[in-house]
Amino acid sequence: MSTSEGWVATELAEEFPRLGVVWMTVEARPGKTPPGVRQRLRDLSSRFRGGTAVAMRQDPVPWAYRVFFRHIGLDPDVNRTPVEQAAVDRLIAGEFRSRNLVDDALTIAVVETGVPVWALDADTIEEPLGIRTTVAGERLGRGVEATPVASGRLAVADPAGPLALLFDEVADAHGVRSETTRMTLFAVRVSGVPSIHVEEALWTCASVLAAR
Amino acid sequence: MEVAEHTPLTPLPPSIVEVDERGARRTLRDQIGRLERELGQAVIDARPGVLGAPAEAPARGGPRVLSLGELERVRDRLADRLQDVRHELIARATEQAAWRELLERMLLAPGRYRHVRVRNADLGMPGCTTYESVPRLGLVGVLMGWWQVKVSSGCPLATGGAPALPL
Repeated sequence: MSTSEGWVATELAEEFPRLGVVWMTVEARPGKTPPGVRQRLRDLSSRFRGGTAVAMRQDPVPWAYRVFFRHIGLDPDVNRTPVEQAAVDRLIAGEFRSRNLVDDALTIAVVETGVPVWALDADTIEEPLGIRTTVAGERLGRGVEATPVASGRLAVADPAGPLALLFDEVADAHGVRSETTRMTLFAVRVSGVPSIHVEEALWTCASVLAAR
Repeated sequence: MEVAEHTPLTPLPPSIVEVDERGARRTLRDQIGRLERELGQAVIDARPGVLGAPAEAPARGGPRVLSLGELERVRDRLADRLQDVRHELIARATEQAAWRELLERMLLAPGRYRHVRVRNADLGMPGCTTYESVPRLGLVGVLMGWWQVKVSSGCPLATGGAPALPL
């Protein structure tokens, strides 16, 4: 089990030199969250308070994602960055609420490292993953659930087509389902985010999934 | 012909225009990064006040490579927002200074500020402490003109749940 660096379309690499996608494939099944992971979420909740949430936007990694959001036309005060969304959810719910093993693993990874991670059903995609802009007439995902997507949008894609818009939910056909046995975890690296943080996020997520 | 090649009306080769635009976009992105950092610091300084983000509809364009004009608009909006936050901070600091001055005068001559109350929130400080000019010994103090500033600290204890909302 190791991480792999994905490709970035040339025109995007020229615009955003540090942009990248890193992924790893793990043998893991979705399911209920085990007690140890629930406890880890509780510990994380007690360490994370209102002051942390406010000061977070000045921390290097969350700041880097906020800035990148602005660079690509997303307003982080409206479309929150994943780590800030997790922080807001924590403040509203009073805790990092446990949902299921996969979602909890993604939450732990993003809160502990600031780097968001997404999970795909590894058997529904082709490697390698990359980042490119969508072209006219393309659809997000494959099969009957695929939805049309406007051209010129930044997307994480495999050789067969786009799987998710950048920092958005993955297409339904490629998300983790109850019958999933292998998952591809991926994270998007942007300028200002050290590679070690991205690796740590993926390994954190993988270790939580392995706790089952 | 040599002159014509250097007149301003002669279009530049596309590659040169592209390179220049990319450089300009990079500069704008750097400016956006700096403004975002300054705005983040200003928002932190603004605590415990509420300086929420302006209500805006979610971005409809989705993630994309912004043009020069779009990046300029992002930068200008950020600069405006930063200016608004700084103005609000200055206004608040001025108001707090006025409250502090009032408190100092009140401490020096409580009798001249009868029943005036200053809260920590007015001073821009955390906690529920209040300073109030009250008569010493109740009615006797009122009659004799004995006034003092009473400092009450601590937040009120919780007194059960909030009343149910009317249906």
